[in-house]
Amino acid sequence: MKKLMLGNEAIARGAYESGVTVSSAYPGTPSTEINENVATYKEIYAEWAPNEKVAVEVALGAAISGARSLSCMKHVGLNVASDPFYTAAYTGVNAGCVIVVADDPGMHSSQDEQDTRLIARSAHTPCLEPSNSQECKDYMRYAYDISEKYDTPVVVRITTRVAHARTVVDLGERTELPLREYTKNPKKFISMPANMVARHKYVEQREITLADDACTHPANRIEWNDKKIGVITSGAAYNYVKEALPFASVLKLGIVYPLPRKLIEEFAQQVETLYVIEDMEPFFEDTVKSWGIDCSGKDKTGLQGELFSRKIATEFTGAPAAGDMTTQGIPVRPPVLCPGCPHRGLYYVLSKLKLTVCSDIGCYTLGALAPLSAVDTTVCMGASIGMAQGFEKARGKDYAKKTVAVLGDSTFCHSGMTGLLNMAYNGSVGTVIVADNSITGMTGHQNNPANGFDIYGNPAPQLDLVKLCEAMGIKNVRVVDPYDLPELEKTLREETAREELSVIISRRPCALIVKQKITPYFSDPQKCKNCGMCMKIGCPAIIKTEKGVRIDDTLCVGCGLCSSVCKFGAMNMKGE
Amino acid sequence: MYNIVIVGVGGQGTLLASKILGQLALENGYDVRVSEVHGMSQRGGSVVTYVRISNDEPLYSAIVEQEQADVVLAFENLEALRALPYLKGGGKMIVNTQEILPMPVITGAAEYPENCLERLQNSCDTIVLDATGIAQECGTYRAANVVLMGVLAKQLPFSRDAWLKVIESNVKPQFIQVNKDAFMRGYEL
Repeated sequence: MKKLMLGNEAIARGAYESGVTVSSAYPGTPSTEINENVATYKEIYAEWAPNEKVAVEVALGAAISGARSLSCMKHVGLNVASDPFYTAAYTGVNAGCVIVVADDPGMHSSQDEQDTRLIARSAHTPCLEPSNSQECKDYMRYAYDISEKYDTPVVVRITTRVAHARTVVDLGERTELPLREYTKNPKKFISMPANMVARHKYVEQREITLADDACTHPANRIEWNDKKIGVITSGAAYNYVKEALPFASVLKLGIVYPLPRKLIEEFAQQVETLYVIEDMEPFFEDTVKSWGIDCSGKDKTGLQGELFSRKIATEFTGAPAAGDMTTQGIPVRPPVLCPGCPHRGLYYVLSKLKLTVCSDIGCYTLGALAPLSAVDTTVCMGASIGMAQGFEKARGKDYAKKTVAVLGDSTFCHSGMTGLLNMAYNGSVGTVIVADNSITGMTGHQNNPANGFDIYGNPAPQLDLVKLCEAMGIKNVRVVDPYDLPELEKTLREETAREELSVIISRRPCALIVKQKITPYFSDPQKCKNCGMCMKIGCPAIIKTEKGVRIDDTLCVGCGLCSSVCKFGAMNMKGE
Repeated sequence: MYNIVIVGVGGQGTLLASKILGQLALENGYDVRVSEVHGMSQRGGSVVTYVRISNDEPLYSAIVEQEQADVVLAFENLEALRALPYLKGGGKMIVNTQEILPMPVITGAAEYPENCLERLQNSCDTIVLDATGIAQECGTYRAANVVLMGVLAKQLPFSRDAWLKVIESNVKPQFIQVNKDAFMRGYEL
């Protein structure tokens, strides 16, 4: 049966058909839909872990104990998981263990352009890369076979354009696998120095064997054509090469680490000019050059952004360059906090109080944009707390009274708890705000330990944020509703004034998940003085006209924030 | 081979349109590539979806690039103008007259261009309609995307009934009739 599937959906299908029974992940664009789809197969136990490190540990434990397992994440998630990931290469597995990592060239939804192939190499872990959804599914089976045959975790690297493209997939049957026998094996599974010295030897030998075997693996293939130009490529770049250089011979690499040296040498010998066309880092190119093979590519394609067909045609055949895609006089349309977003009120007050705001990764990063412009720093998951503490230690307690950390409930569970513990333990002064919208918002609404539901939507034990903070020894813990602006402002003024550590939980569910009848607001033209006060909250439903503001009732969700900031009582609920 | 670019603002339902079109093409023996946008840009930002369908030439890339689109289906005026460079010579622009102001306009840092439709009509073959208004007449403004699909259907080689069948399989039972009505209003325009 043929089905149109998102790359991520096909990865999940591949895991299902390969007999996976355990899957653990933390959401992150462009990887999120993998585990969401895994959870639709009743044969697989799926879960949202609080972070990627835990997810990889769960997958590794499941694999060592005898079940095929999966963990998936975005590229920066692998940084968080790198501790278990690197050592898993030494311990090896028992049943297959696959870690899917989604890179984001062009940074559609990410903070950097990190190339996972480099990390796979430094961890001595094989890495596969599919080009479309059919390959996403097929490569998962290859990955599990390689994992078990060579006793190693395997990375499947995808990129945004593969993860989020729908292409046709031929569905297959699931292979049910019995649980493999688990036997205690300290020399393999206890990562003490004496054991791991021997394992490191194994890892090096494994890599040599695998590089040899990769020369004949079906995922690496040569598509012969005119031999004047030969191209080594993989992943999404392969698709662009096929369209831009249809006459060229292509060595398509499906196993992108370790590289099949003999196959590459054979290909290089038979073509007149050899190009290497790859997204992101010159990973293939540097290695191929180090073998004394003449080739080029990165000098033309560069390190930044995505490759496309037109760019490749221009750079490698001299075809006319693409013109400027920007059309004159068109304002940009950046993403914004949704109408009714509970973070809006919070950032409005933070901006009003002119605080230094160390923010974090989530929807609430959008509070950085005009008109709220309330954010000073954003680095990575959980960094807000550590960085606010750094501000305090460097600039003193008085400065700390003007500084807050802001992070979401899911981000707090992911990497915020340890930072907060550090502040409490080391006697720091400061205010940490947990913007608790009861969901993992930016990635498309996944449940998390703080909202009391699991991946299937079933009730789960709910983390009590207040008790957790109290257990850390924090005396000042307050819960406020960010729709209640006066109370929010009062709380913020009081807590930032203290020479102690405070936590404010700004609690209100994401406006997109609240299912209730909406009564939109409207602006009374008799009362509106067009003063612009309501424009400061940056609500996309409020439109300024020459005669006063107007509310777009198809966008308004009736949160009433505009009414709270209006000094003339012009904003009223319809029917009031 | 047809290259279609669907543009709009996050939350307008562009993803459903691309999903329906992709499924329809597959069921009619075409190879398909659809490229979607998930994550941050969905939060009220510009959203661009590419759909490529072919029953003759092989397809590889899921991206429609500059001057390659046979049709641009725009859910919003300004986004139509922004997507103009995608159209190839003789390509068709279908534009919903809805205006959604981007934040730089709301804050006064930029102005919404006054002559969007005029600029479009001077540059390419343009079909203009108030899909949101038409959808409202059918029962809900949320069906604007299906009205637009009705207009798009006239540019593509699939029958009306094939479209209706796929739409029916993608919406909840209680919304089938309103979506069918919305599609037909667009189709008969």
